[in-house]
Amino acid sequence: MTDPVLVTHDICKSFGALQASRDISLDLRPGEIHALIGPNGAGKSTLIKQIAGGLRPDRGTVQFLGRDVTALDTAARARMGLARTFQISALAMEYTVLQNAVLGALGARGGVFRFFGNVLKDNDLRSAAEAALDRVGLSDQAGTVTGELSHGQRRLLEVAVALTLRPKAFLMDEPMAGLGADGSKRLTGFLDGLRDEAPILLVEHDMDAVFALADRISVLVYGQIIATGTAAEIRENPEVRKAYLGEEDQ
Amino acid sequence: MNRETIINLLIALGLIAVPLWAIWADEPFIITLATKVAILALAGVGLNIALGLGGLVSFGHAAFFGIGGYAMGILASHAQNYTPMMEWPLLIEGTKSMPVIWLVAVLASALAALLIGVLSLRTSGVYFIMITLAFGQMLYYFAISWPAYGGEDGLSIYVRNGFPGLNTLDPAQFLALCYAVLFVVLFLSSRLAKSAFGLALSGARQNEDRLRTVGIEPFRLRLVAFVISGAVTGLAGALYADLNRFVSPTMFSWHMSGEIMVFVILGGVARLFGPVAGAALFIVMEHLLGGISEYWQVFLGLTLLGVVLFARGGLIGTLAGRKVTHD
Repeated sequence: MTDPVLVTHDICKSFGALQASRDISLDLRPGEIHALIGPNGAGKSTLIKQIAGGLRPDRGTVQFLGRDVTALDTAARARMGLARTFQISALAMEYTVLQNAVLGALGARGGVFRFFGNVLKDNDLRSAAEAALDRVGLSDQAGTVTGELSHGQRRLLEVAVALTLRPKAFLMDEPMAGLGADGSKRLTGFLDGLRDEAPILLVEHDMDAVFALADRISVLVYGQIIATGTAAEIRENPEVRKAYLGEEDQ
Repeated sequence: MNRETIINLLIALGLIAVPLWAIWADEPFIITLATKVAILALAGVGLNIALGLGGLVSFGHAAFFGIGGYAMGILASHAQNYTPMMEWPLLIEGTKSMPVIWLVAVLASALAALLIGVLSLRTSGVYFIMITLAFGQMLYYFAISWPAYGGEDGLSIYVRNGFPGLNTLDPAQFLALCYAVLFVVLFLSSRLAKSAFGLALSGARQNEDRLRTVGIEPFRLRLVAFVISGAVTGLAGALYADLNRFVSPTMFSWHMSGEIMVFVILGGVARLFGPVAGAALFIVMEHLLGGISEYWQVFLGLTLLGVVLFARGGLIGTLAGRKVTHD
């Protein structure tokens, strides 16, 4: 199967006079990590929101698994297998790490309207949750209240919850943010192996991670994709250097 | 066993010990007070499902309390006057049977919660508080201006309704019945909090985006929680009407909504026994301080202020420490 998993067709979105997305077309193919980079305010988060379902584009369509999902809300897209992680951790902070993971497994399996049995004693959910925590190395923290986790551990938990969804595509908004060199390296290694499970659309500021991971890179500037290509192509692209890399890549 | 469980058990024991002593000491008034505590606690347990688990600050739960009360009042008044409620197209008569009244009270308040919930759960925060308040007040004024069932004066029921196998005229037996209902609902509510539904509902309170991202739409969860919550408070309303053998529009008023909320906050939001502790504390204060000064509510206000400022977990939270969610 070489059909792309996720496609956006000419997405446009304006907030008043500000054009946050201008005719954005990109796709995510099976087995790849597609990185989306661009300076602050380029419209990366706006684009992610439109792909995830939190925001409706003014024009254009979003296709997921060959289906037009532009009219579907976030929850419906998530049920189809679009797993998103947030720039600022969006977790249930009063819950333990395990409860957050079980919540993900519950969303993936369905059956929310069960009122009697103890959900933490549901073996299917619990083993799915524990397996995901184990993969990101959070098993030891299963009983810790999420609000007490370090920033880096929260990022890992975000990824673990995304894993419980058995996703068809990942949408990751700056997973490395604030991780520190060590954590960043570990997560890079982890994401590297993850692409075979489901492709990742990765928004990231950490250029080392992007160039180490990405099969393709798209550069977004002022709401517009100015270039898409392999890491080497993007490095060499004069327009990109001028608009973006020049300042950050020494 | 964690500390909160031990405290809950102590409260339950106290709840049973005080009326036992009252029976021994022949203090029927204490028995009535204990019954009142149990019924008001039940109303609070209902609100706690919406407020504690779901984070839905409903300022209109008097609507369900009142509907439960009027379900009892209307059915029993037809029965005591020997007038059918409806003759055509089918004959419906009133009843003096508690199980039937409870069923009607629960269904009617659940239906009202469904309608109110569908409209008000589209908002959140202050707007949700105001809309639920508005629905409560609407029913309040409706009850006042509905002459068929007493209007402003309310409805008096001369004899307490019956329960198969019990003599409900005996205060001790009626108390036992109310306790039984309270403890059954507390048990169900403890199961609910740990269930898949409870996990998702409380998750939606903590982070809506998280719920949507795992594929669960919060609206339906909240609607179901609101319906369950309203139904439990409606059941409490039916019992309250039976305790007083009287129903009036004040059951619908926003003071009542406020009082139910005070039970939950005083005792501890989202704590299983929070509303029980809160209702008990409220009634004890009302009668001890009410005996000293008719302005006893000043002290209630100060206590509430203290809880909100310094003891956010309420009575249970202060005694039991942080909520343990993992087991």
